[in-house]
Amino acid sequence: MGRKLLLDKAHIENIRYYSTYRANGGYAAAEKVLKSMSPEQVVEEVKKSGLRGRGGAGFPTGMKWSFLAKPEGVPRYLVCNADESEPGTFKDRYLMEFLPHLLIEGLLISSFALGSNHTYIYIRGEYAWIPDILEQAIAEAKQNGWLGKNIQGTGFDLEIYVQRGAGAYICGEETALIESLEGKRGNPRIKPPFPAVKGLWQSPTVVNNVETLAAVVPIINIGGEEYAKYGIGKSTGTKLISACGNINKPGVYEIEMNISVEEFLYSDEYCGGIANGKRLKACIPGGSSVPILPANLLLKTAKGESRMMTYESLNDGGFASGSMMGSGGFIVLDEDQCVVRHTLSLARFYHHESCGQCSPCREGTGWMKRVLHNIENGKGKMSDIDLLWDIQRKIEGNTICPLGDAAAWPVAAAIRHFRDEFEWHVLNPEECVKRNYGLAHYADPLPLATAAV
Amino acid sequence: MVQFSEEKLNKVKEIIARYPEGKQKSALIPLLHLAQEEFGGWLSPETMDYVASLLQITPIEVYEVATFYSMFNMKPVGKYLFEVCQTGPCMLNGSDQIIDYIKSKLGIGVGETTPDGLFTLKTVECLGACGYAPMMQLGKHYREHLTPEKVDAIIAECRAKAN
Amino acid sequence: MAEEKKLFKVKIDNISVEVEPGTTILNAARQIGGDIVPPAMCYYSKLQGSGGKCRTCLVKVTKGSEADPRPMPKLVASCRTTVMDGMEVANITSPEVQEARKGVVEFLLLNHPLDCPICDQAGECHLQDLGYEHGADGTRYEFKRRTFDQIDIGENIKLHMTRCILCYRCVYTADQLTQRREHGVLGRGEHAEIGTYIQKALDNDFIGNVIDVCPVGALTDRTFRFKNRVWFLKPVDAHRHCDKCCGKTVLWMRGDEIFRVTARKDKYGEVEEFICDTCRFHTKDVKDWTIEGPRKIDRHSVISQGHYVGTVKPKETITDVLEGRQPRLLMDIHSVSEVNRPGIELSKIDGPAHSDDFKKDA
Repeated sequence: MGRKLLLDKAHIENIRYYSTYRANGGYAAAEKVLKSMSPEQVVEEVKKSGLRGRGGAGFPTGMKWSFLAKPEGVPRYLVCNADESEPGTFKDRYLMEFLPHLLIEGLLISSFALGSNHTYIYIRGEYAWIPDILEQAIAEAKQNGWLGKNIQGTGFDLEIYVQRGAGAYICGEETALIESLEGKRGNPRIKPPFPAVKGLWQSPTVVNNVETLAAVVPIINIGGEEYAKYGIGKSTGTKLISACGNINKPGVYEIEMNISVEEFLYSDEYCGGIANGKRLKACIPGGSSVPILPANLLLKTAKGESRMMTYESLNDGGFASGSMMGSGGFIVLDEDQCVVRHTLSLARFYHHESCGQCSPCREGTGWMKRVLHNIENGKGKMSDIDLLWDIQRKIEGNTICPLGDAAAWPVAAAIRHFRDEFEWHVLNPEECVKRNYGLAHYADPLPLATAAV
Repeated sequence: MVQFSEEKLNKVKEIIARYPEGKQKSALIPLLHLAQEEFGGWLSPETMDYVASLLQITPIEVYEVATFYSMFNMKPVGKYLFEVCQTGPCMLNGSDQIIDYIKSKLGIGVGETTPDGLFTLKTVECLGACGYAPMMQLGKHYREHLTPEKVDAIIAECRAKAN
Repeated sequence: MAEEKKLFKVKIDNISVEVEPGTTILNAARQIGGDIVPPAMCYYSKLQGSGGKCRTCLVKVTKGSEADPRPMPKLVASCRTTVMDGMEVANITSPEVQEARKGVVEFLLLNHPLDCPICDQAGECHLQDLGYEHGADGTRYEFKRRTFDQIDIGENIKLHMTRCILCYRCVYTADQLTQRREHGVLGRGEHAEIGTYIQKALDNDFIGNVIDVCPVGALTDRTFRFKNRVWFLKPVDAHRHCDKCCGKTVLWMRGDEIFRVTARKDKYGEVEEFICDTCRFHTKDVKDWTIEGPRKIDRHSVISQGHYVGTVKPKETITDVLEGRQPRLLMDIHSVSEVNRPGIELSKIDGPAHSDDFKKDA
C-alpha cells in the first residue's frame, strides 16, 4: 500500500463532520500554526516541502506565496480554485465531498500565512450540492472557534465564503476566476499585472487549487522536510489522480509520486487494468489538455525507461514523446476506441468553453472542431490533417490565456502519434463510420490482461 | 411580478454582505442562481432587470454575465432538465448511446422540451464525474453510471413526482 | 530641482528609441513610426483597458531587458506589454511574428463576410488594410460562416454583427464616454456578440463615437448608409461652436453637400477628440460649419484618389478640348440598364451621378 497524506482518513465514517475529524487528529496542524508559528514560518515550511500547484501548472506553491505583494493598508485575498472542470478530473470534488474539514483547515493555515481575512472558495456551479457540505463545515469550524474573529485568541480573523460559478471551464484560469468572482464574464485578464500584485478587486491575491491547499495540512503536521521525502526529485509528496475511461476501477486515488505508470494502471490497488479484458490503446495522463500518448510511449519513455507518475517522468520526451502530469485526470482508451472521435469530442469541448475574447481561440477552436467532424464522418481530405496541424500551431502560444494551448495540444498530439488513424479515416470514408481503426503499430506492449504487480 | 419573498431577500442581503463595501456586483452570479431557481428555471429579461435593480447595476451588466455562463437558461425549460455529459471520458463509456436512448424515449431532440412541458434534454460538456460515466445532472444532483434501465427509472420517478 | 526622468532604451527591429517608463511596445514603435509599427485592431489609445484581444500586434521580445536579458518565451501583445530598459523587440524582422500574424488575420477573416462592395466601411476599413498587408490570398475555411441579423440600435446607428471582430472598443467607448452603458458583449466563444439583449435604442449624446472607433463595418452611421463611397467624398476639416463637444470634425462633402460628419482621425485611425451626436448626425448644413481646409489623407489611401486640391471640373475641360461642343455619351446606358430613369440625361448631371439625381422628378 502506498503512503497517504490526504485520503488516509477518508474511509472513517462521519469524517465529514467536525467531531469525527477533530477526534482523528483534525485541526492539529491549525493549532500548531496558530500557537507556535509565524506566517513567514508557514511559508517557509511550504517552500521546504517542494509542494507544486495541483491544479495543472505545477508551479511551486511556496514560491507563488512569496510573490504576494504586501502593500500597507490594502487587504490581501486567498481564493481557493474549486472550479474543477478539466475533462478527466474529479479529484477536488472527492476531497470536498468527503473531507471538507481538511480543506477548511488548509484554508485556515494558508490564509494565516498569507494574511487573508476573507477567503473565497470558488466552486464550479454544477457541483451544486457541495456548497452545502462546505458551508456546514464552515459553520461547524466557526462554532468551534476555528473561524471568525480572534481565532483561538491569536487576534487573527478569518471568514470563508463559498461562491458558486455557473458553468464555464474558463473560470478555472485564475484571472478569469477572479473576474467571475467580481460578478463579471469569465474573460481572462491580460497579464501583467499578475494576481499577486493586482487580483481580486485590484488587491494582491493568491489563487490555489483545492488539493494544493489541503496538502498544506499534512505539510504542517509532518513538516516540510518530511513531506519532501515523499515522491521522487522535484515531484514531492502525494498526488490525487482521478482515473477514468476504460479501466476496471475508475475513481480517485492518492498516490505517492514514486510509482510507475504501469503499476498505477494495472495494479489492483489502483486502476486494476483495462476493462473487459481489452488491451490498452492510448492514455491521456493528466486531464484532457495534456498530450495523448499511445500505449508504447505511456509505459516506457522514448529512452526505454519505465515511466513514473511524476511531473518530470510524465513530461520526459517533451511534446515529441512525453505528456504532462497536468491536473491528474487519467483518461484511458482501450483498443476499441477511436482516437479521431475522442479528439473531436475534446475539440468540441474547447470550442464550447472558449470565452471568445481573443481571436485565435474564438475562431480556431470552432474551425478545428469542424474539420475533425468531417474527418470523423468520412468527409475529410488528406490535406485536412495538415490543415489541422497548422491551425493548432497558430492557436498555440498566441492567445491571452492557456485555454488556447489546452485546445491545441490534444489535437497536435493526436495527429503526432495517431496520424495513420486519421489517414485511414480519410482513405476509408465508408468503413470509418462503421468500425474503428483498432490498435495498429502502437499496440499494447504488455500481454493481454496481465496484471503488472 | 418578479419579486423575491422576504426570506429570499434576507438571503440576498446575506450574500451581498460577503463582499467588501461597494463590491456588491460580486453577488451577481449567486443572485442569478437564486433567481433562476425562484422564477421558473430560467432568466427572463424581467428577472434579470430585477436582479440588476437589487444590485444597483445596469441591466446590460446582468445580460452580459447571464449569457456567458452555460448554467443560466435564457429560454424557458421543462420542469425536469436532463443535462447529459458528452465529453471525452463520458463518451468512452457510452454517453452517445444514453443520449440517443433519452431522445427516443422522450421523443425529443437535444435542446427540446416535451409537449407536456415536463422534460428538456440538453447536452453539456464535462461535469466532473468522469469516473462515474455516463452521467447527467438533474436539478441539484448528479445521476451517475447511467444505463437505459436507470434512465427509465429516472423518467418514471420524475413523472411520479410531477403528478 | 526637478529630477531628471530616466528614459528606457528600446530597440525595435534594430531601431533604437528612448521612451518613458510605462510606455507599451506598440507606442514605442509608434514613436519610431513607419513599417515597424505593429498593426492593432482592438487597441485604442484613448480607451482605457482596450487591447490585448485581437492578437494582431503580437511581437517577439528577443531580449527582456538589460537586467534580465532572457527572451520572453511566447510572442506578446505589444499593445499591452510595457517596455523595460534595454528591451529588444522583433516585429517585421521576425518570421515567427509574421507567420503568427498571418494566422491571426486568417482567424479574423474566417467568419467575416466578403461584402466589402456593399459595406460603408470599405476604403477606411482596418480589416481590409490588415488583410491586404498581412493576410493570405485565399481562405482555407470551407464551412458556413457565422451570420447575425442586422439591427438598428437607435435612430442613427446600424449594428451589422456579422462583420464584427469583437474588439470591445465600442463597449469601452460606451463605458467611458457615456453615463450608462446599454450595449455589451453577450454570449460566449464563437457565439459572442455585441448587443443590447432586448433590442433597445442606444441613446446618449456621445454614443455615435462607437461608429468612429469600430475598426470594421459593424457599426455604421445610418444617416450616411449607402449614400456614397468614402473615396468619392472630399474630407475637409471644419469646426463649430458646440456646447457638448470640441466641435472639431471632418466633413465628408461633395460640392456643398455634407454627406457625413466624423471625428478627426490620426494615421492609426484613432480619433483626436471625440465628438457629440449633434455634430455628427444633426449638423449637416454647411452654413453651420467653419471650414478650415482639406483634410490630409495618406496618399496610399483609396480616399486620397478623389481628394485633390484645385480640381477642374471635367465638363469644363472636355468642352474646352471639344472646342465648345457638348460631350455626348458613346453608349446610351438606358439601352442596357433599366435601373436608371431613362428620362434623365446623364450628361446633364453636374459631376458624378448620385442616387438623389434619380429621385428628383425629371
